[in-house]
This record gives sequence, C-alpha cells and structure tokens, in this order.
Amino acid sequence: MSDQRPASIEVEGLVKEFKKGPRAVDGIDLHVDPGEIYGFLGPNGAGKSTTVLMLTTLLPPDDGTARVAGYEVREDGARVRENIGAALQEAALDPYLSAREHMRLQTALHGLPRAERRRRGDDLIARLGLADAADRKVGGYSGGMKRRLDLALALVHGPRILFLDEPTTGLDPQSRSSLWEEVRRLAKQEGVTVFLTTQYLEEADSLADRVGIIDSGVIVAEGTPESLKAEIGEPSVEAVPVDPSRYEDVMRVLHRFGGDDCPHHADESIAVRLKGGSGSLAEVVRALDAEGIEVAHLQLHAPTLDDVFLAKTGRTLEGADQDDEDGDAETGAPNVAAVQPATA
Amino acid sequence: MSPVWIQTRELARRSLVRTLRQPAQVIPTITFPLFLLAINAGGLDAATDLPGFPTDSYLTFALAVPFIQSGIFAVSNGGADLARDVETGFLDRLALTPMSGVALITGQLAGVVALGLLNAVVYLAIGLAAGATLAAGVAGALVLFALSLVIAFAFGCVGVYAAFRFGDGEAVQGLFPVMFVFLFLSSMALPRDLIEQEWFRTIATANPVSYLLEGVRSLFIVGFDGEALALAFGCGIAIGVVFLALAVARLRTRLVRT
Repeated sequence: MSDQRPASIEVEGLVKEFKKGPRAVDGIDLHVDPGEIYGFLGPNGAGKSTTVLMLTTLLPPDDGTARVAGYEVREDGARVRENIGAALQEAALDPYLSAREHMRLQTALHGLPRAERRRRGDDLIARLGLADAADRKVGGYSGGMKRRLDLALALVHGPRILFLDEPTTGLDPQSRSSLWEEVRRLAKQEGVTVFLTTQYLEEADSLADRVGIIDSGVIVAEGTPESLKAEIGEPSVEAVPVDPSRYEDVMRVLHRFGGDDCPHHADESIAVRLKGGSGSLAEVVRALDAEGIEVAHLQLHAPTLDDVFLAKTGRTLEGADQDDEDGDAETGAPNVAAVQPATA
Repeated sequence: MSPVWIQTRELARRSLVRTLRQPAQVIPTITFPLFLLAINAGGLDAATDLPGFPTDSYLTFALAVPFIQSGIFAVSNGGADLARDVETGFLDRLALTPMSGVALITGQLAGVVALGLLNAVVYLAIGLAAGATLAAGVAGALVLFALSLVIAFAFGCVGVYAAFRFGDGEAVQGLFPVMFVFLFLSSMALPRDLIEQEWFRTIATANPVSYLLEGVRSLFIVGFDGEALALAFGCGIAIGVVFLALAVARLRTRLVRT
C-alpha cells in the first residue's frame, strides 16, 4: 500500500486563492511515492500549474501542508529546492546563450565543483541529444530541442524529484515521444520521482504510474490509469446514421442498450455506454438492422481517461479546455454557462 | 552552494554575453551619442563666443554628453533584459537554484558597467581623435573611466529597479524618453550660469544629471576640479544606492521563494 512508504510528495488540504478570483487550488491531497511518475491531468486553468508552483516553493500556499522530499515547502524552502528539479510551463531559456552556456550558468549556480561542471553539462547535453547543437544559440532551437534543454537544466544537480509542467505542449509527436522515453528512463533507471502535469490524455495514460485528475482546483479522481478506466466499466458504442433524419431512431435504439445512461451526442454521432459490455455490440447491430437504420459509422470505444473526466465532471476534457479558454484560465474560473451537460 | 562571487561572476558573464550578442543594443549606444555629438559640435559652436563660456571648443564641452547618454541606454538595455527574464520565467529558473539576490543584481549591474566602460573608451578615443582635449591628462582619463563606471552603475540601478517594479520589458523601454527629458533639462547644452531662463536654470540646478555632466566636463576643460568631481561621484553613487535599495526591496517580491 503506497501510504505506508515515505512519500516524495505529501500534500494535505493545499489551498491557493488569488485576489478577485475563486480558489485556484481548493484543498487538494496528494501522495506520490519515490520513483513514481504521477500524472496531474486537467484542462487549462484547472489548478495544475498553481499546484506545481506551490510544490516548487515559488508560490506560498494560503492553507494546508505540503512536504516535498520530506521538507515542508513553507518552512524549508531551500532544502526543498536542493532536492527538486523543475521544467516549468514555458521553456525558460535565454535565446542569446548556447546550451553549453546555459549549463555553465546552471551548474555554477547550483554550486557544482569546478571540475564537475563541464563534465556534468556535457553528459546531460549528450544524453538529451543536443550535442550537435550545444554551441548554437538557443534562439534558433526547435520547440523540442528547447524542451530537452529545459529538462537537462532541471537535472544538473541530480534532483530526487522532478516537476514537469506540461512538458510536451506544442511538440511534434517525435519530440514528444523522445521526451517520454527520457522521463521513463529517469524514473525507472535512476529512481527519480516525476510529477508531471498535462492536458493530454494520451500522455497521462501512457506515461504515468498514477493519475490525479484535477478540475476547478479540486482533485476529482485518482488512481492508476487502468483502475480509473475500470471504474467507468463498460465500453461505449458510437453510431452515425447515413440518413440524418433517422437520428432520433438511432437514439431510441441505443437507449435500450445503455441501461440508466442516456445516449450522448456530438455533431452527427450518438454514443452510449453498453450495459452489457462489448458482447452486446452484435445485438446493437441487429437492432439497428431490424429498424432498417443504415449507419455510416459504428465504433466500439474502450473507456479512456476522458471518459473518467466526463463521468466525474460532466464534461469532456476537450470541452473543458474550450470552456476555460472562454472563461478565466488565469484564475482557474470555469465558465459555468458553457459547460456541457452530463449525458453519459 | 557556490560562493556569491562565483554566482556573481557567472551572472555578469551572462549579462555581458547577452548584451554583446544583441547588436541592436550595442551599436546604438556607441553611434547615437557620437552622432548627436557631431551635430551639436557643428551646429552650436557659436555658443563658445558667449562671454564666460569655459572653452573655445564646443566639441570639448559637449563630449561629456555621450557619457551620460550611455548611462541612459544602460537603463533601457540592462533593465529590459532583466524584465524579459521576469516575463519569460527565466527568473523562476534562477530562483530554483541557491542563487542569492545580491548575485543576481550585482551580476546584472556588472554587465551593464562593463558595457559602460567599453563605451567610455570609444567616446574618449573618438572625441580626442576629432580634436577635443582632455585637460586632466592621462591620470584624468583614469578618473574619467572611474566616473563612467559610477554613471553606468547609477543608471543601471534605475534599470534594475524598473525591471523588478514593472516586470515588463516594454515598460522599461518606455523609460528611455523619460531619461532623455532629464538630460535635456540639465546643463547639457550650456553651462548653468549661462542659461538665461530662470526656470530652466533652476531645474538644471536641481537635476542631478547636471552634476554628472559637469564632473565629466571638468576633466576635459579644467583638469582636476575637486568640487565638480565630488558632486559627480556623490550624485552617481547616491542615485545608485537609492535605486539599488529600491531594487533589492522589489526583488524580494519578484523572487518569491518560501
């Protein structure tokens, strides 16, 4: 049981309230074990970055307690910082310096012995695949290269805990994949605890040992990706009629297979969670056929973390992002009027 | 944790490297003051005919101005770079290291001061080559460089304070014309006792920039004028200390760490 082990991150009732805004973080609890990759998933403005800023000592909490690497963030900030590395939301780099010059500055500020500075910098540059560009100004780097350098800089002092705030936002699939590989390697081979915020379901699903889903400053679900999806239970079936006028008929048929769940719809498709599991797909096909409904598209969906988010908050993660862009992403205030109703 | 002097050295190095790699920051600080000097020296030479004008070379009189303009550039360049660090989150990266606030400020200022010294060498060399005289001689040149360092430090502190106060590069750049108002309302174009308008003379007398100018100017025209030099060094150090204290206070809120 994870709670029996000394935690890398232990948070109880953490609160942050900005002026003229709602609580960006509203009493969250967290427990992250050593060597674990913890994915903190949520839409824009949910409170992810605010949480990271508090845990990295850059923002004082208003209430609650947070211990990182065994030190209380409010009382032992310097000790916390000795034990953590962080790559925050934007790759904060100086466009006029090279990767090697960034390393020189970072290793010196962390107090590495003179002889070790160059070696450590070169090792990390090589490990993150930046050796060929090490002496080029960072201003000419691609987004992926900047993110890798950002990660390398966070690692110069060998931190036990690594905070990555949306590390792959805006990256191409190849850069994203190589960054994932490095994060996995750090956790599995070096035992680094990784606290990773993301708004990408795939990232949380593929990378994280455990996931916490945060919405409007509150953790709405937590567990392994598998256990969270298992909570949702059955897969859903999605259908699109060839004739849009048969939309209501499809809705009626699918309703028979959804138990208490009503079918939910988006654009031209209708979907329902199958109370009989994937085995009832054949029955759905037969029922549609019996009604003489032709479908252009019929697909079985296994539960995803987006389904978990939908079940817990009544809206999809993608929809929530849209809402938060319409609302106040800075303070984490959702635009309640724009929230989609819970239909599944 | 590394000693503060190592942190300062590395941050100063970064500040200087970053500045030197931005030609748009370096070239105007050299060319713009010299261009203005050439125009003034050519167009205002008749001012030397005024009774009581301290020299018969307006070039020698006006050569003090670039040294102050260099300081004004130090406000916008040094300050804007630091403000950009706040905007981009680079300051947060630094805040996560055991860096001391003192090292951050002195490192940034060291870069600004080094550039100010480089500018001073260029202004003096070009001024002398163009026919200006340095009454204080070789020893005076050393004092001139020392005063240039103080001027760069003073204006650099204004820039650092503005960077932490506004946290916005554009706001810091917006100080550039404001600083020029201080220059224009000083004894830049004429000695204070030859300014006819009383209100202008009063403002110029209250304006510390006049004393910085007059200290530099005294080395070119008089030689070693103890009072002028004491006022120049005193004003420069006072401006620097006041804005340094304000910057340190602001840094505490910018560099929030628990």
